[in-house]
Amino acid sequence: MSRLDLNAVLDWVPEGSTVLDLGCGDGAFLQRLRNERSVTGVGVDIDAGNLVTAVNKGLDVIQEDINDGLHCFTTNRFDVVVLAHALQELTDPHIALQRMVDIGEEAIVSFPNFGHWACRLHLGFKGRMPMSKAMPRHWYDTPNIHFCTVEDFEALCSELRIDIIARATVSGFAQGLLGKYWPNLFATSAVYRICRARP
Amino acid sequence: MAPTLPADSVGIVTPKLARFEESFRFANGGILEGHELVYETYGELNAAADNAVLICHALSGTHHAAGFHAAADKRPGWWDMAIGPGKPIDTERLFVVCSNNLGCCDGSTGPNTMQPGTDKPWGGLFPQPQVRDWVRSQKQLAEHLGIARWAAVIGGSLGGMQALQWAVDFPDWVEHCVALAAAPGLTAQNIAFNEIARHAILSDPDWRDGDYLAHGTVPARGVALARMVGHLTYMSADGMSDRFGRELREGSFAPESNNEWVFQVESYLRHQGTRFSTQFDANTYVLMTRALDLFDLAQDHGGDLVAALSRSQASFLVVSFSSDWRFPPHRSLEIRDALLAAEKPVTYANIETDDGHDGFLLPNKTYEQLLKEWMRRVGPS
Repeated sequence: MSRLDLNAVLDWVPEGSTVLDLGCGDGAFLQRLRNERSVTGVGVDIDAGNLVTAVNKGLDVIQEDINDGLHCFTTNRFDVVVLAHALQELTDPHIALQRMVDIGEEAIVSFPNFGHWACRLHLGFKGRMPMSKAMPRHWYDTPNIHFCTVEDFEALCSELRIDIIARATVSGFAQGLLGKYWPNLFATSAVYRICRARP
Repeated sequence: MAPTLPADSVGIVTPKLARFEESFRFANGGILEGHELVYETYGELNAAADNAVLICHALSGTHHAAGFHAAADKRPGWWDMAIGPGKPIDTERLFVVCSNNLGCCDGSTGPNTMQPGTDKPWGGLFPQPQVRDWVRSQKQLAEHLGIARWAAVIGGSLGGMQALQWAVDFPDWVEHCVALAAAPGLTAQNIAFNEIARHAILSDPDWRDGDYLAHGTVPARGVALARMVGHLTYMSADGMSDRFGRELREGSFAPESNNEWVFQVESYLRHQGTRFSTQFDANTYVLMTRALDLFDLAQDHGGDLVAALSRSQASFLVVSFSSDWRFPPHRSLEIRDALLAAEKPVTYANIETDDGHDGFLLPNKTYEQLLKEWMRRVGPS
């Protein structure tokens, strides 16, 4: 999955902040945050091969399964917790979201929007689970086990008492404005800036 | 003969001896009036003396970590895999020091050394060292070498614990710390295995209350048995199945065959035990296993590992090995999680391997790459 949709949200990460990047992969995004926003970062990934590449970039990374609950991080340990395009791969996305807004003052989360019109057409007309360039796997071998739509996600946030501070959407070339106003239908993926609901 | 040495070897190395005249007081109260440490160095100390790396050896390790003592040597130092030009601990950039711990039997003052004022070796009267004593004695060695700060302190198993102790006891001295297959302290099971090893030695009639040298005996059977038990805990069940299976080295499974069966694994363990018993001193083995038992990083900090590690100023690399059941991955996670809670920079990986506890000494692509990539941040850039 491309993490390019995070370019738009670089501004959401305050200069000099502490960042936890969940599912950091080869560390490219964390490296960018370090270079462009002077953050102090920690990356988490389950794959040792990814860790080696991230370590090569001079990053501090730890091998851990996000599904195990991230208990190694204390409350409010980080300014920002990032989960880029991995929400749909988690066993319990709702638990992970709650942990993220506990560990971080804020969290940034992105996911592919299953409510996109192309997905709907695929399912509606072909009657088969959608596959695309961004989602190239079959339903049975995809790591994406918990797809949601933009509206699903926002409903879950409300249920979990998580505030949405900002939303950015990524759409096809010609659909920028449509994605902005009708994200559930036109955004291919969505990025949210969230935090615990303030009492 | 020299051309037979591999290009990425540190080559022929000669151990050096440092003599310290001032008295050394052990944490447990024993005193040495003067002592010696044997050590090896690889690479060159730079003018700023900021490229020095300390390697801490494990239970039965020595100062001979890399290279060969003679071109005819069959085996290089115990961690030659990791130390050398272009290797993870790159001797083209780094000045590598490895010393034999105080109380060992490979040249540093220990139970085999003559006790001053007597005509006998120390034997069983040698003071019990602890990991923190070794750290203090290595600090003396560093000062002797003109080093004021280690770019990194690195070790596996007991050596990893020693590296952690360094980072906690002398925070100003340790810029990076690598703890491989280590633990923050020993469990009851760990201590139990050590006790079996000690019991094997102490119940050998040739032990003579630790005074065997004066009696001209060697408790070789006890040491061999201790090593067999120890060695078993370094390997994983799957690794042993792959390597030995149920293969016979002698005898046959055929009906009515003789009853002199020797399984491959038996033969291997016997060989390891016997070889070790001719090389390693019994008193030292007793002292080393006891030092392990006594190791508890959190002890001086109210049992709080986070408080202990909060003192450190180092960046850490913590590595565990999936099939290690002597110091299993969850022990490394205790270290990692305490470091995270103390907000210390830490990289952690659990290496998939069937090599058990010995994994930290054996070739493994991911492990070697990780160590190599992480070590790039050590030393002057």
